[in-house]
Amino acid sequence: MSRIAKRPPDALVRIVADSWTAPFWTAAGQERLTCAQCGNCGQFRMPPTPFCPHCRSQAIDWPTLPGTGQIYSFTIVERAVLPGTEDTVPYVVGVIDLDDAAPARIIANIVDCDVEALHVGARVRVLFDSYGDGIGVPRFTLDGDGA
Amino acid sequence: MTSGFGLKDKTAIVGLGYTPYWKRGKSAPRSLQELVCAAIIDAADDCGIAVPDIDGFAYFAADFDTGGLMETLGIKEVGFSSMLTGSGGGSAGAVGLASAAIVAGLAETVVVICGVQQGELRYGAMPSTYDASPESCFYQSAGLVGPGHMFALLAQRHMHLYGTKREHFAEVAMSTRLNALTHPDALMKTPMSLDDYFAAPMISTPHCLFDFCLETDGAVAVIVTSAERAKDLRQKPVLVHASAQGGAGEWGRSIYWMNMPDASFASSGHAAVARQLYARSDFGAQGIDVAQIYDHFSSQVILQLEDYGFCKKGEGGPFVASGAIRRDGGAIPVNTDGGQLSCGYIWGMSHVREAVEQLRGTAHNQIMNAKTCLVTGGPSDIPMSALLLRTDA
Repeated sequence: MSRIAKRPPDALVRIVADSWTAPFWTAAGQERLTCAQCGNCGQFRMPPTPFCPHCRSQAIDWPTLPGTGQIYSFTIVERAVLPGTEDTVPYVVGVIDLDDAAPARIIANIVDCDVEALHVGARVRVLFDSYGDGIGVPRFTLDGDGA
Repeated sequence: MTSGFGLKDKTAIVGLGYTPYWKRGKSAPRSLQELVCAAIIDAADDCGIAVPDIDGFAYFAADFDTGGLMETLGIKEVGFSSMLTGSGGGSAGAVGLASAAIVAGLAETVVVICGVQQGELRYGAMPSTYDASPESCFYQSAGLVGPGHMFALLAQRHMHLYGTKREHFAEVAMSTRLNALTHPDALMKTPMSLDDYFAAPMISTPHCLFDFCLETDGAVAVIVTSAERAKDLRQKPVLVHASAQGGAGEWGRSIYWMNMPDASFASSGHAAVARQLYARSDFGAQGIDVAQIYDHFSSQVILQLEDYGFCKKGEGGPFVASGAIRRDGGAIPVNTDGGQLSCGYIWGMSHVREAVEQLRGTAHNQIMNAKTCLVTGGPSDIPMSALLLRTDA
């Protein structure tokens, strides 16, 4: 009996953005995965911050990424985090190495797949959940069998 | 480099005070300020210093109001009141902060205090109540809300890289439980077998219930003064040999960030703190008789053992499995009071208490001839901290 990775409680999705982070969430609302890239030295960083830690430049680009990557680490959350949200477990929190954006990683849920099939190094691809007002949240699922 | 550290053996912990440890919520109807003040009075009585003569406060991690403490305790005048930034990483470092103030001449008698009183809210859900910020929604929106989830990601990576097993985490939980069984103040009094460990509910893989620390109400205070003055006080001085607070930029916000380079992701982040600490000390890991290692999670004890050089990187699992941290004959007895996993969780000040008792020779689970003790503050975002204490000759 497989157990399918669910989504964490919607109550936790409270997106607050500033001018440095808004492009990430807006892009996700348009089903586009992006990542902050220094406009000067090209270094990727996540989450987006006002200065590049490598060269202190404030120039920033938001390239469209292929939306694939691999699981760097993950945890299967088995205990509800808020009272009354027992139906949201198990959900999986992943740290994802993003293709074409190394060394940046993103923290995102891995959903809609058998939790027992997950392993470090598994291939994943992005999907987007819409939360209204043009805001989207990127989530990932196993790409094929994830091998 | 050792000559560059101006605090070495210049100050001592002379007073120790504490309240009972209660399971979360059970200290009611006592107020938090009542617990804190009771621990301070107890520490002053312990060393024979009059409470009104306290003239400095060093804190970490919590909201403290020096003015309110002075008003309540009748303290005459202070010359120092400072707090380490960050979250739970500062327990050991706050003692170093007190030492720095004393050596600098800012104060003579400095209290380091932590008090914890938990209301309805469980710690695991605490970050979910913080106001969302542009930074927090990058982890919170994924349901990464509790430290137990966050450190699970580090533990999982360590298992992947080095073959660390849940049996290794179990050994940390079981060995500290064994110590708790013979400590009168410890909250957990049921023996734990490997079967018990594996029967515990899974919370966030690979962490099960017994990989998590307790949730405790209580307060612990120590009083720090100059080593010179310590000689004339009631208790055997426990010298502050070396201290460190900080961390490497590549660790940064760590568990709230998850972009640490691969070499440090599967770690406690303490490698830089350990390097600073040992550079200021006359001895390294081999010279440490007993260690109080911050155990909010069993896995992080293993990762700190690596970062403090008790074993090689990646070998922490087999190291603990060999019995190395057991009180009965282990190479480095760890968390001899039962730690925060099984005795009481006072955000690291319970570790400072046990270190002082070990070096005074009055510990409930005394390590024979213990002359040096390592105390670490919680692996967390920066600053993290550590302390080397020793007996006076």
